[in-house]
Amino acid sequence: MRTGIVVFPGSNCDRDVHHVLNDVMGINAQYIWHTEESIDEYDALILPGGFSYGDRLRAGVIAAQSPIVEAIKKKAQEGLPILGICNGFQILVEAGLLPGALVKNVKLKFSCKWLKMEVLNVNTPFTNMFRLNEEITIPIAHGEGRFVICNDKIPELKRNNQIVFKYKDQNPNGSTEMIAAICNKKGNVMGLMPHPERASEPILSPNQTKSNAGLIFRSLKKFLSSYIKN
Amino acid sequence: MLTKSEEIYLLKKLGRQPNLLEIDMIDAEWSEHCSYKSSRKYIKSLPSRGKRVIVGPGYDAGVLDIGDDDVITVHIESHNHPSAVEPYGGAATGVGGVIRDIISMGTRPIALLDALRFSSLDKVNEASKSKWLFRNVVKGIADYGNCIGIPTVGGDIEFDDSFKDYCLVDVAAIGLGKKDQIISNHAEDGDLIVLAGNPTGKDGIRGASFASKLLDDDENRSAVQIPDPFLEKLLIEATIEATKKNCINATKDLGGGGLSCCLSELSHLVEKGFEVELSSVHTKVPDITPNEIMISESQERMMYIINKSKMSIFGEIFTKYGITYSIIGKVCGQDNLKILYDGKPLANLSCSLMVNAPLAKWKSRRPNYLDKLRTKIKLEKMGNYNDILLRLLANPNIGNKNWVYQQYDHEVGLRTVIKPGANASVIRVNDNKFVSIKLDGNSKHCYLDPYQGMLGCLSESCRNVVCTGAQPIGIIDHLQFGSPENPYIYWTFIKSIKAIIDFCKYMKIPVVGGKVSFYNETMNSPIKPSPVIGTIGLIKGQAHITNNIPNVGNKLFILGQTREELGGSEYFELIGRAEYRRVPKVNLKTDKKNRSAVLDLIENGLIDFVHDCSKGGIGTALAELAISGNIGINIDLKKIPNRCKRDDFLLFSETHSRFIIGSSNPDKIKRFMRNRKCSFSEIGQTDSSMSLNIHNSGKEVINLSIIELVQRYNTMNSTMDGI
Repeated sequence: MRTGIVVFPGSNCDRDVHHVLNDVMGINAQYIWHTEESIDEYDALILPGGFSYGDRLRAGVIAAQSPIVEAIKKKAQEGLPILGICNGFQILVEAGLLPGALVKNVKLKFSCKWLKMEVLNVNTPFTNMFRLNEEITIPIAHGEGRFVICNDKIPELKRNNQIVFKYKDQNPNGSTEMIAAICNKKGNVMGLMPHPERASEPILSPNQTKSNAGLIFRSLKKFLSSYIKN
Repeated sequence: MLTKSEEIYLLKKLGRQPNLLEIDMIDAEWSEHCSYKSSRKYIKSLPSRGKRVIVGPGYDAGVLDIGDDDVITVHIESHNHPSAVEPYGGAATGVGGVIRDIISMGTRPIALLDALRFSSLDKVNEASKSKWLFRNVVKGIADYGNCIGIPTVGGDIEFDDSFKDYCLVDVAAIGLGKKDQIISNHAEDGDLIVLAGNPTGKDGIRGASFASKLLDDDENRSAVQIPDPFLEKLLIEATIEATKKNCINATKDLGGGGLSCCLSELSHLVEKGFEVELSSVHTKVPDITPNEIMISESQERMMYIINKSKMSIFGEIFTKYGITYSIIGKVCGQDNLKILYDGKPLANLSCSLMVNAPLAKWKSRRPNYLDKLRTKIKLEKMGNYNDILLRLLANPNIGNKNWVYQQYDHEVGLRTVIKPGANASVIRVNDNKFVSIKLDGNSKHCYLDPYQGMLGCLSESCRNVVCTGAQPIGIIDHLQFGSPENPYIYWTFIKSIKAIIDFCKYMKIPVVGGKVSFYNETMNSPIKPSPVIGTIGLIKGQAHITNNIPNVGNKLFILGQTREELGGSEYFELIGRAEYRRVPKVNLKTDKKNRSAVLDLIENGLIDFVHDCSKGGIGTALAELAISGNIGINIDLKKIPNRCKRDDFLLFSETHSRFIIGSSNPDKIKRFMRNRKCSFSEIGQTDSSMSLNIHNSGKEVINLSIIELVQRYNTMNSTMDGI
């Protein structure tokens, strides 16, 4: 059971995700540099946050043209669990693996703070350990995290259960329907703006309170263990 | 420009007429910015030794041993002139410069802090420019720091009208590494000199000289560089990878004075001569002249000295990251910097001549305005203390600064335990070791009394770090003044240095890095003396990390006596009396005693929270506690040990060495403090009232709901987002 962390030039949460998976969650995770061609040995992929290619032109758009993204698309079709966090979410959207777009926050400012979100879909490889509508405390840190999509696509998203997390109490960036995370129709590819790796160790939470955001990685671990067994 | 006497000195030392390129090179290196010619004599006497100090001031960054082969590196820089004319680019490139100083030591940058100074945001005539500067400086820092993935974990922000049409932007960085991976900076004949990163262009020409004179109306935007954080991020990763593979013999970043200063300082550091071929430098434009190549300050460039046998590994790493590099010369001989273009010699200078600018001799004289302090003035009684406290909380020097800190990614790297806005920031080194850091300054106090003001900055910064449970282990200083050629200003500089020496010697805390920045003046006037102090503390274990959040059932105590010390206080500023009376005086003995009492209490697990008392005094400190805990607080003023004639003086005096402490173990803490000979008293408790209630002998002095406090405390948000 091995998880790959895809590193692009300018990724900067790669080491954070690596630490949390290996040292906190007990998931074997390794870096994959963006020029590597074979990703067959991985059972799951994570695209971490950061500023791939300095967010030039538009967040995620250059990384989405990398050769490795073609390999990722193939794996997505095969049903491999793929999680994009923050910039990783932006790359997945730009690569066409997830619907919609991520644009500048309504206030045109970068925003780094803790907030609450709730789970709407507990049937993905990243949410199978949550209760439906469970509340999660988690930080965001982005300047281009406002999820937008054509109005007529929203009923479809809802019908397919593709809205996985929604912000609660406040909309930090002006996202449509307060969307914080979405998945593809199959549910194996998920993009998430907040940073679960920053909420996986109690010492890093404000006032050292325990956050349940780490369940996102624990869900993946559970999914992988049962998947490997079968 | 070189002065007449410098020209004469140069001619005598050189024994010949220097050519134009040589003059440009010397001009950059002998600028105040690079040479410290007005300050070197004084900063040499700062106490910089200590058992943890591996490398002290003078290098790119200071190195502190924190045990188990871990080291932290620390450095502070400013980018004041560039930020005042082009705030976004100026502030961003300031971040870039200090980061490269950290990677030059072979360590990974893990945290950034900023101390920022602007003129007030609410004066009708100035507010628009001040807001423009403030907004863009913060955005510049945020865009750069966020992109390179280094958390900006805190800092200090002050607003004062002496910064009209100007601003100060100081950036401090912390790095983490292993003792045996520190780059030792050595070179041998035949080693290659490699310039990597941004192509050299015409941006930032004569930036160091620009920063070494007064800012005039003819704002020189071409002297400000263009930031590229993405390239900086690649340089960080490539340099760390090359360090791990032992590829690098020596390295230095290119900052003020560009190639010229970097080459002369690096050759002086490794005690070797360099021969450099300028036509090998990769450039942005073809028509750049050799002179421009030598003094351009294009950002995101690093110089490396590489042994020939390691060049192929070095090349592979830099190619992997897509970083352009050129081999621009080789190490040969001693002390000589030879510059060639297409094989033709253009300059030939001794490095020791370049890096040892003749000291500038300036007169110093006590400023006349200090006499004004002696004028006796009558202070009318103020009626409504509720109103005064609310106005103080709305003051951006005191109020919530989340508008700033939320624009910074302060959590990337998974190290930020105590986040910005508290006493000091706490960064995780590993599960058993934490570093605490805080920047502090107080230009109002330093203006009225540069010696006591400076002691106060040191005391406050140490106090903040101690509040998190850390033992101070090192200090960085950034000394910012107007022109040293003005004897009154030079006097304040000398007094400030004296204060640092006295404090650090007494406390046995070494100065591990620093910077002096003169000529911080516009056409209007010089800035107030604005030194900024950073204290680095070490926390021995997770259990000792302490915050400033009160809880249900806490008894409140105060440590330290309150005296009538309101000169330069936020309260006197509010009522238009800022420049009268004495500033708070630091008693070194009491200061040390109180700090070590707090640390002992923390280490014995007797404290639930502790909060520093400084700007705005006890009144604002208590309000901040009620806000951070979202809890009612009830205080009896009569129980506070003091020598104040009036309630408002007691509430808002800024006496140093005071702490407000909360404990759920009141008897134990009292017993523990009994033989300490500290001024210590129980003053009240938390309660369920959801309001701050301060009374004196049964008479109400302050009664405000937490909702009101929070609303006023968050004023900066609406001021900045409201337009």
